[in-house]
Amino acid sequence: MTGRVGTLGAALLAFAALALLGRILPHWFVLVATLAFAKGLVALGLVVLMRGGLVSFGQGIFFCAGGYAAGLAMRSLGVTDAVLLVALGGALALILGLIIAPLLAGYRGIFFATLTLALSMIAYGILDKTYSLGGSDGLNLQAPTFLTYQPQTSQEVSYALFVLASLLTAVAAALCRIHFDSIRGLLSLAARDNEIRVEYLGASVRWVSGTNFIISSLLGGIGGALAALSLGHIDPDFAFWTTSGEFVFLAILSGYASVTAVFVAAVLLELVRSFSSQYFPNTWQGALGIFLLLVILFLPEGLGSLVRRRRRTAVKPAPKPVESVK
Amino acid sequence: MTALLETEGLQKSFGAVIAAKDISVAARRGERLGLIGNNGAGKTTFVNIVTGYLRPDAGRVVLDGADITGLAPRRVRRQGVSRSFQIPQLFASLTPEENLLMALGIADDKGMSAWRPARSGAMMAGLEDLLERFRLGEYRHHTIATLPGGVRKLVDIAMAVTHQPKLLLLDEPSSGVAAEEKFPLMDVIMRALEGSDATVIFVEHDMEIVGRYAERVLAFYEGRVIADGTPTVVLGNAEVQRYVTGVAP
Repeated sequence: MTGRVGTLGAALLAFAALALLGRILPHWFVLVATLAFAKGLVALGLVVLMRGGLVSFGQGIFFCAGGYAAGLAMRSLGVTDAVLLVALGGALALILGLIIAPLLAGYRGIFFATLTLALSMIAYGILDKTYSLGGSDGLNLQAPTFLTYQPQTSQEVSYALFVLASLLTAVAAALCRIHFDSIRGLLSLAARDNEIRVEYLGASVRWVSGTNFIISSLLGGIGGALAALSLGHIDPDFAFWTTSGEFVFLAILSGYASVTAVFVAAVLLELVRSFSSQYFPNTWQGALGIFLLLVILFLPEGLGSLVRRRRRTAVKPAPKPVESVK
Repeated sequence: MTALLETEGLQKSFGAVIAAKDISVAARRGERLGLIGNNGAGKTTFVNIVTGYLRPDAGRVVLDGADITGLAPRRVRRQGVSRSFQIPQLFASLTPEENLLMALGIADDKGMSAWRPARSGAMMAGLEDLLERFRLGEYRHHTIATLPGGVRKLVDIAMAVTHQPKLLLLDEPSSGVAAEEKFPLMDVIMRALEGSDATVIFVEHDMEIVGRYAERVLAFYEGRVIADGTPTVVLGNAEVQRYVTGVAP
């Protein structure tokens, strides 16, 4: 119980600190951080999958579903409340995940990755040609309200969105940490290592993969709705393969050891992208590539490996065998 | 003692290779049964059929009165059958502690919760018991990939006993272990199983181990059982000496 309470307490403190920081940080940083947290939520879903040995190249489909759910609810139903819009985004992506998960749960490796990519590109193609949903131009979203609070200036809207993103980030990070530390979380690592033994222990690898996929779809949808609200716009590019690739990039950058690292990596990546595109507008993708290359070379387990408490002693040789066992 | 496991006419072929011709075996509750035979004699095929990894071409497997033929390994496990492997099947990037916690968690209906911590009180009590019984305490925090073969064998077997199986199949528990360590290793395993009424079936090539730890021996040759009885009787059987042990009668 202490572990879970401690994790939730730390998340609450982190949220409070972020909410306070948002008051003193420059406006541009608040905007960057909100978008980074939105993308970090999608990458966190990808980390859930990666712990089970699967990489999705199509998380953009859920990111896009969340964004369009928020955009359509605002345009067609007149919903302006950001909390409700994010919930709708998460719900639509979750439903999509529940439909797709049973179809993909039996696939591994490149087959799984390619199928997810294919699905996201199908979604991209459909949205791009569906003019009632804005076609390639997508939809614009107006400034949202927040429960009973209606911000008056763009700065107030940005700050309120930042607070909402921080809250969702803190809650998602805490719940994922608790999940990773449970037997169910360990089982994901086990499925990645040795599927046969997992089955012989009495658990279903298909079930593990499927539920991880559903969790990742929910996080993807929430992230998509937040990103759409933050940008004030949603278009089919949310489902394009380069967007999905960015989430993979982010997950590799963060590693799967630490949930905090996912969001630190997301903020870092957004900062590198912002500064690179400002100072090297024609070659900023190259700068991002070099950044990832350096991380892979020097931190192969991602940024999370810097802060992980290494309980195991993998680098230390095992003690001499006891008298009876070699 | 009543029969816990009964197999009737098990047959299995892989193309032109006949791995099991007609294997009919009955094992009593609590019995320690040794399976001997040359490579390709059908011992591991028998284990793989009983544990659900292979579906027999013909015949059936009955456990405690229930037909478990062709059930998937995880369903067979739920029926009370567990196994270890000739090459330990572990989660190499995790520690023995994590491997065992996982096995304990899966065995416990509440353990699979995503909310309940892996290192909860009940789990840790079960873990400490296993570490003690299998003498794994000092290796608990080392990554599996860094551990010696004998320790991996013990972790593999410890994981197999977490849900207190009715039937435990050990595939060559002492293979890959230095000659002078085989008996100590088997001692640790057998002591850890003391007090359990599980039927233990172990595949073994070392006849001294079979002679010391098995109550009954089945000799396999070309996919069928050619002798069944006490170690003294089976190891003294002329056919077994000719086809299995290679000892001149």
